[in-house]
Amino acid sequence: MMRTLVLALAALVLAGPAAASEARPTQHELESELICPTCHTTLDQSNAPVAQQMKAVIAARIAAGDTKSEIEVRLVADYGRGVLAKPDVKGFDLLAWVLPIAGLLIGAVVVGVAAWRWSARRDVADDVDAEPLEPELEQLVDEELRRLEA
Amino acid sequence: MGSLRVGAQAVSVALVVGLLGLLVWKVSHQIGDETVASEVRDGKRPGAPAFDLEQLDGGRLRSEALRGKVQVINFWASWCEPCRSEAPLLERTSRELRSEGVVVVGVDHQDAAQFARDFAKRYRMTYPLVRDPDDKLYDRYGATGVPESFFVGRDGRVVAHVPGAVTRETLAAGLVEAGVE
Repeated sequence: MMRTLVLALAALVLAGPAAASEARPTQHELESELICPTCHTTLDQSNAPVAQQMKAVIAARIAAGDTKSEIEVRLVADYGRGVLAKPDVKGFDLLAWVLPIAGLLIGAVVVGVAAWRWSARRDVADDVDAEPLEPELEQLVDEELRRLEA
Repeated sequence: MGSLRVGAQAVSVALVVGLLGLLVWKVSHQIGDETVASEVRDGKRPGAPAFDLEQLDGGRLRSEALRGKVQVINFWASWCEPCRSEAPLLERTSRELRSEGVVVVGVDHQDAAQFARDFAKRYRMTYPLVRDPDDKLYDRYGATGVPESFFVGRDGRVVAHVPGAVTRETLAAGLVEAGVE
């Protein structure tokens, strides 16, 4: 119950800024998320003529009250999909999304299997340690201990 | 336990080989694609790519409408400094040679429509200006920046390519190559 409440609270806290960013994007935020199509750096890192034009378009659209998505759609229509810093979720670019997740899953499986094998090996070792000694050997050890104590 | 290890090793090797294969495929496809620019550079005369694009001032322009004409396909953008120097030259050429069946087509590349319209108005460009929003025509021609110009003969074959701004000399040479006397 407590866990659900904490999760709901966290979702509420995170949803607030995201919604505000969508409705009222800032110049800095968009410049750091969009790419200059000729120099392939983010707009805030570029002084290329096309980047300067894109910055002017962003400023004009923010002033006109456009949402973040509307501005992004407009820039993609004018300058192409290459202006988005995030890779596409189709075609070859889809790999950029899939491979890290696949890597994490494979890593988790490898770590899980390694942990399981290590634990199984330790159990076997514990079992070996617990085995009783041969009676003759035990008698020999007892005699040796008594001799040392004397 | 041994079979588990062998299985894990096989999966790892398969994964690495798969990723390498993917890399090789992607690189070979990028390098292997011939463009109009690369073919012209190799002395070939490739067919001009067909297009059906939206014009800046409304309507569409299809390449079929230009069949039988000498074409100057000029890639430009309003933010491009050298495009400003060549725009008056292209406009003058278009006006002077229109009656001889020469048409200049400006392909606006990575540009905001409003800025492009302002540019066209400022330089009094009267030749057809189209937008290439997905860079499809730009990629098929193999252009690497703006401005770049390609010259198409009356038979629809690309005969010359000028990377960078055209000058009076390079424009005249391209037109002669395309069959203008």
